[in-house]
Amino acid sequence: MIEIVNLHKSFNGQKVLNGVNLSIPKGELIAIIGESGGGKSVLLKHLIGLLRPDKGSVVVDGEDITKLSRKELDLMREKFGVVFQGGALFDSFTIYENIAFPLREKTRLSEAEIHEKVEESLEDVGLKGIEEKYPAELSGGMKKRVALARALITEPKIVLFDEPTTGLDPIKLHAIHKLIVDTRRKYGFTGVMISHDIPEIYEVADRIAFLFEGMIEVAGTPEEIVHSEDRIVRQFITGSLSGPIKTDHSM
Amino acid sequence: MRYLRILGTWVLSVLREMGHMLIFLVHSFSFAFIPPFKFRVLLREIRFIGTRSMTVIFLMGSFTGMVLALQVFYTLRKVGSEAMVGPAVALSLIRELGPVLSALTITGRAGSALTAEIGIMRISEQIDALTAMALNPLRYLIIPKMMAAIIVFPLLTALYDVVGIYGGYFVGVKMLGLSSGTYFSEMKHWVEMKDIIIGTYKSLAFGVLVLWVCCYKGFYTGYGAEGVSKATTEAVVMSSILILVSDYVIGSLFL
Repeated sequence: MIEIVNLHKSFNGQKVLNGVNLSIPKGELIAIIGESGGGKSVLLKHLIGLLRPDKGSVVVDGEDITKLSRKELDLMREKFGVVFQGGALFDSFTIYENIAFPLREKTRLSEAEIHEKVEESLEDVGLKGIEEKYPAELSGGMKKRVALARALITEPKIVLFDEPTTGLDPIKLHAIHKLIVDTRRKYGFTGVMISHDIPEIYEVADRIAFLFEGMIEVAGTPEEIVHSEDRIVRQFITGSLSGPIKTDHSM
Repeated sequence: MRYLRILGTWVLSVLREMGHMLIFLVHSFSFAFIPPFKFRVLLREIRFIGTRSMTVIFLMGSFTGMVLALQVFYTLRKVGSEAMVGPAVALSLIRELGPVLSALTITGRAGSALTAEIGIMRISEQIDALTAMALNPLRYLIIPKMMAAIIVFPLLTALYDVVGIYGGYFVGVKMLGLSSGTYFSEMKHWVEMKDIIIGTYKSLAFGVLVLWVCCYKGFYTGYGAEGVSKATTEAVVMSSILILVSDYVIGSLFL
């Protein structure tokens, strides 16, 4: 269970989060949508303590992570897996080493056990046989699948996805979405996903939250979002240039 | 009043940056003594900073020694003291030129690469990925590099000195006709253990300074390719200045 309460964050005097309130029950996959540069990634980074808020709290399983010490925060982070926007794979490691890295560093598993888990994980994401390649040798879609494999290798309770499908063609986008659905079914994690993929996100998310001007404008099931009467939400999901959301074109 | 405010703002920003750098160093070194130690990463860094710098150190050292011998020979010949070429070359290299020039060489070859590497890791969220895995990036990225520098800088300086002395030997003895015995025996007479110790202290200090600055600049790089490029330039310039300033300070302390 994640509870975001009145979260505020500014950078150089510019307000990015302006009182975000959101509750994410255990086992749910929630997608956060909103304008580019609207603070979605900033919000995601607060969930794992990569950023500290100016005000407000992020409560994970009953503990306010904004008040934890470094050690306590590290313990909390072990519950999380993160799929970063560009994958954030370690350039100097092979794909095998990348996926094995959290297991080698955080567990006492033998090399044989690690090998077995890495192979299984690569099979899950449909990438067997690329163990010895380096991240630079992979396509964007493959990197995201490897990043997903690395995030899930420690079987985290909560997985954060920062735009896992940005820059992918529609087929690869659906493949990643299917992978997220399948792995979620297998591992049963709670998920928070930043996405711009409308309407594709409706098939993956249990709930969708719309972040606008630093606050959650609306949160509801995909059905509720599709039928929302909120003018801001309607403009965003239809991609219309006219409406309350200012665009470079309309300004 | 306006100029005073600008000056005050500048001084405060410099002090803030210095404090930030100091906290970074202390925080990083606090992990040097807490297990688990990353020996494999340390070996990889020794290879990168040390082994891969050997060719350039060899070339720089040999030509520095050759130039020194040439200049010193023609200067000393005017006062009839050619026999002192050996000690002059050795003392210049061991006390000053070896530590300073090898540190500047390593800054250019490895320091800039380390800043760029850490900077790219920062902007591509690899450092965030480490933090998200509950692994401290200072322990994994910074400390192995700093420890490697502490090991490697004195060794590369020693290599620089030895190669430089033989470069001087080649010019002084083989080309300018000094006797081999004079070159080395005078050197043994004039070079003391104290000189070697001063050179070693300097190289250790330069190792810490260079890696501190280069790692810090990479770790807190700006956004995008421009940010990394700026951080790399700043790291090289700041390291070079600090090498020369600290060379003077250490030199004057041990005179």
